[in-house]
Amino acid sequence: MSAVFGYTGRVTLNSLYAASLVCVLMVDTVNWLLWQPLRGRGLRLRSALEHFVEFGVRSLPIVGMICFLIGAIMAMQAAYTLEKWGATRFIASLVGVSAMRELAPLMTAILITGRCGAAITAEIGTMKVAEEIDALQVMGLNPTKFLVVPKFLAMLIAVPCVTVLAMFIMIFGGYLTSVYLIHVDPVTYIDQTLLSMEGRDLMTGMVKSVFFAVVICWVGVYRGFQVEGGAEGVGNRTTASVVTSIFLIIVVDLVWTALFYFG
Amino acid sequence: MSAVDNIIEVRDLVVKYGDRTVLDGISFDIRRGEIFVILGGSGCGKSTLLRNLVGLMRPFSGSITINGENFTAMTDEERIEVRKRIGMCFQGSALFNSISVADNVALPLREHTRLEESTIQIMTRIKLELVGLGKFGDYMPSELSGGMKKRAGLARAMAMDPFIIFYDEPSAGLDPIVAAGLDGLIRKMQNTFNLTSVVVTHEMESVRLIADRVCMLDRGRIVGLGDLETLRAMDHPFVRQFFERRPNEDSGTDDGSYIHELTGID
Repeated sequence: MSAVFGYTGRVTLNSLYAASLVCVLMVDTVNWLLWQPLRGRGLRLRSALEHFVEFGVRSLPIVGMICFLIGAIMAMQAAYTLEKWGATRFIASLVGVSAMRELAPLMTAILITGRCGAAITAEIGTMKVAEEIDALQVMGLNPTKFLVVPKFLAMLIAVPCVTVLAMFIMIFGGYLTSVYLIHVDPVTYIDQTLLSMEGRDLMTGMVKSVFFAVVICWVGVYRGFQVEGGAEGVGNRTTASVVTSIFLIIVVDLVWTALFYFG
Repeated sequence: MSAVDNIIEVRDLVVKYGDRTVLDGISFDIRRGEIFVILGGSGCGKSTLLRNLVGLMRPFSGSITINGENFTAMTDEERIEVRKRIGMCFQGSALFNSISVADNVALPLREHTRLEESTIQIMTRIKLELVGLGKFGDYMPSELSGGMKKRAGLARAMAMDPFIIFYDEPSAGLDPIVAAGLDGLIRKMQNTFNLTSVVVTHEMESVRLIADRVCMLDRGRIVGLGDLETLRAMDHPFVRQFFERRPNEDSGTDDGSYIHELTGID
């Protein structure tokens, strides 16, 4: 029995400790993103731009590809049921709404976690192992300003941008499948898509994607700074980074979905 | 008696990792313009001491004074000002792998000064020439050999014209020729710029070549302090053992207990 209490206590304390570290990181990031630039400490925009290209532009091919396929899959899955009622035109509503509200933001976030969240952890972890983080500090340069803020800023812009494109690609995938394979009338499909979507749907997706960006970046950075030891530590933390990040993305998704549904 | 000009004063420094005491009440002074070597075996706390001196760790108690200012009591912002004037060479060089060697050296100048880009490039070139890497500015760190990386690390440490420079195991992992070259470089830096150098090492060869004064650590305490001759004349068992390069005595387990240790059978 005491083992159970002991275990619960340890897990709780460890999580609280982790949460406090994440809070420190958050405060520090916001400090160097908003407050310090006002005091003339500069923002590394060039580095942020490079990261934006990496996180956003270079993620587009894979995100676009996957989202196109998911759009096609959704159209077929919807057709499976809707055909029985002769209601294939509602495939458009289903694909459109679920792409905007749910699947495009989620798939984009998960793919960017795998591509970039892991890379952030590996980069920071390797720098920590090679004493490069120490070197920054000894030179009087702040690691948050140098390593975290540019990534954070880039991620905050890149994820929503990619998400918007992913939404349209997913709908396009659904359109092509419906029109050419399921033989829905193209005009009906487009009409139905426009009819069923509201600004609110787009907003739901965008709000989610911003929070996903925050999760991906902070989990990546936090796990990176956790790295101890050598190459093995980097590997472990990179895996942990992807797992934690995907888990938290789903949790955040649930919370926002609930808020938008009941709120 | 004239007052000795101390650039670093360490008083009663205690450092702990959790419950384990790594440095146990250490006090010493480093004089301006000397090469001060911190010598000791693996795990004696010498790297920890160095990390405290540059402020990468905060001690449990005690104080470190750099240039008359209490370094341990400073806020992070005040520390940054001090750090602009100290340089550090890391054991693995710690060059930033994503940027070229010249950019590594130029980084502190670009961040801390408002010099023209052309001036920064000239200064970078000068620092690289100083360590004999004038032609390697455009190389990436991964394209350099171990010895060259350490030289580049030294050039970067010198970028802001520091008054103290710290070296963490400068000759570790280098062949004797390259290591001797690096020792020569440490001497040259100190002679040319009247720097104060603090070198952490366990290599007796380099200590002979460069040390003005040596501080010997064992298990978190200072066991010897003074110039090399003073230390050589000491009869502290650890100092003797270190200088004579003798291994630890066998701890005297008899065959029975050894078998017990291996098998767990009485």
